[in-house]
Amino acid sequence: MNFYDEIRRTPWDEVRQDIENRSRIDVEKALAASPLRLEDFMSLLSPAAEPYLEDMAQMAHRLTQQRFGRVIGLFAPLYLSNVCTNACTYCGFNVHNPVERLTLTVDQAAAEGKHLHDLGFRHLLLVSGEAPHTVTVEYLAGVLARLRPLFSSISIEIYPMETVDYQTLIHHGVDGLVVYQETYDERRYREVHPAGKKRDYLWRLETPERGGLAGFRRIGIGALLGLNDWRTEGFYLALHARHLLRAFWKSHITISFPRLRPAAGGYQPPSPVSDIHMVQLMTALRLFLPDAGLILSTRESPNLRDHLIPLGITSMSAGSRTEPGGYVHDSHAEAQFEIADDRSPQAVSEIIRRKGYEPVWKDWDAAFLH
Amino acid sequence: MMSDTLIIAGRSFHSRLLLGTGKFSSPQVMKRAIEASGAEVVTVALRRVELENPQDSILSAIDAGRYLLLPNTSGARDATEAVRLARLARAAGCEPWIKLEVTPDPQYLLPDPVETLKAAEILVKDGFTVLPYIQADPILAKRLEDIGTATVMPLGSPIGSNRGLKTREAIEIIIEMANIPVVVDAGLGAPSHAAEAMEMGADAVLINTAIAIAGDPEAMAGAFKKGVEAGRQAFLAGLGRTHKTAEASSPLTGFLRG
Repeated sequence: MNFYDEIRRTPWDEVRQDIENRSRIDVEKALAASPLRLEDFMSLLSPAAEPYLEDMAQMAHRLTQQRFGRVIGLFAPLYLSNVCTNACTYCGFNVHNPVERLTLTVDQAAAEGKHLHDLGFRHLLLVSGEAPHTVTVEYLAGVLARLRPLFSSISIEIYPMETVDYQTLIHHGVDGLVVYQETYDERRYREVHPAGKKRDYLWRLETPERGGLAGFRRIGIGALLGLNDWRTEGFYLALHARHLLRAFWKSHITISFPRLRPAAGGYQPPSPVSDIHMVQLMTALRLFLPDAGLILSTRESPNLRDHLIPLGITSMSAGSRTEPGGYVHDSHAEAQFEIADDRSPQAVSEIIRRKGYEPVWKDWDAAFLH
Repeated sequence: MMSDTLIIAGRSFHSRLLLGTGKFSSPQVMKRAIEASGAEVVTVALRRVELENPQDSILSAIDAGRYLLLPNTSGARDATEAVRLARLARAAGCEPWIKLEVTPDPQYLLPDPVETLKAAEILVKDGFTVLPYIQADPILAKRLEDIGTATVMPLGSPIGSNRGLKTREAIEIIIEMANIPVVVDAGLGAPSHAAEAMEMGADAVLINTAIAIAGDPEAMAGAFKKGVEAGRQAFLAGLGRTHKTAEASSPLTGFLRG
């Protein structure tokens, strides 16, 4: 069964109601379950689970240490372009925003990469808007030829592509794919994506699958927190992760927690997610999916990030700039979102150490590439 | 008592505890745990280290003069990748010893028997001393021995699970049939698990998670050292048979020999 069929068998409103109706007894049963079933996971997402947040946090902490150890991976995003043909209502790159647009030349991208390498990074995330005529496969191949020798792992978070294009990028040295569905609710999805290729819900939903077929070693998914009821969104996120785990059992599945932040255009999230609820979502996901990588960006504040380290996070970005050219090119191009944690990678790695974890800059090797 | 050394591929070791280096909270904690464990063989994931970088945080914490640094192919999902990693390690100056791990699923990290066998064949022919991580499968263990691997390393339970010897019966058969050292690898969560493996006649055990994530890794390393030694000593001393019922002190057939 494909994932879209799975979604249609479990309508949004029913899932939402089901989660809302969970009782404390359901939650206690879920906390005692091993392994957790989807039913149990729904209980942990429910309002009834809120009094058990500390228990969930303790369990998530122990489970993560056991599966991943006392280590936190570090990576940096490299924004290649903020050119975008989409009109996502929440995004600074929205085609209608009258902001400065920039696509790095291959030389500029190489210089940004060199800077990140010198800071210690060995895991890189290449980011762009939906600009298939600007950020072409050929352009990416040129960038990768320059960056590949500097990094042991390179992932992409660009526009959705066909399987064959992903295969080309894997051939040029990309090993991970990141693509967020933003919201799994098809109605809300259409409201916030009024124009551009991204309007096509199904095309985006099936992107991780095309990536899995192409052979990415890491597949990252996420929902944009703030667009919709986080509990229901969390359910579909976990359902998606489980679907991908089973379909592409040789790929490592990771989940990110992008929470809506102020961006150009002044977007106000319709369903803001509090810190408490973010922790509930994160720890519930950890308990349901013990081996998923959980990833945290610099969208969040230093204080919150520091406290989330022992709660199930496996990897975080540090020292990020979200405008193309932001590291060494004195760029005035528009950033995708405002950074809340602007500490240097060295400062973040020092905090990780102080929390009793080893910051890991390299946990992959170019030798895995065919 | 005769000197009791572990011999792997002609090389002697006094310690029967091998240590993994993943999951530690810092290189310093790892270093102290290695020392406390008395281990002489220390395995390190090639994906975690920069072999060409003398300042690499893991490699620089391990004294290559005191320990045999055993690179492992963690992350490899088929024979081709494992072989490539092993050759890169050798080219970078590591000794031609390799802990072969082919674990295509990133969830439970269970070893792929087919690809492990393929990779072992290539690496043995290539002159490597191969220590393969395997399911507790007695026939696979014999097939690997036939190829010429230096050991077999069957799992007690999935990596990092701390669940102990869930595969006990199959490991007993592997030990019974093996002419090469059997190193129980993965899943041993407590010194008592390690002692149990050694009492069964395993030649050595490899521990990582249980020590790395303990409240006090250094102390736990010392505890595992004792567990391994106690289990080995008990094995050599000859454990008494276990009985399902009490042994009658007034036998029913005694009168026949009276």
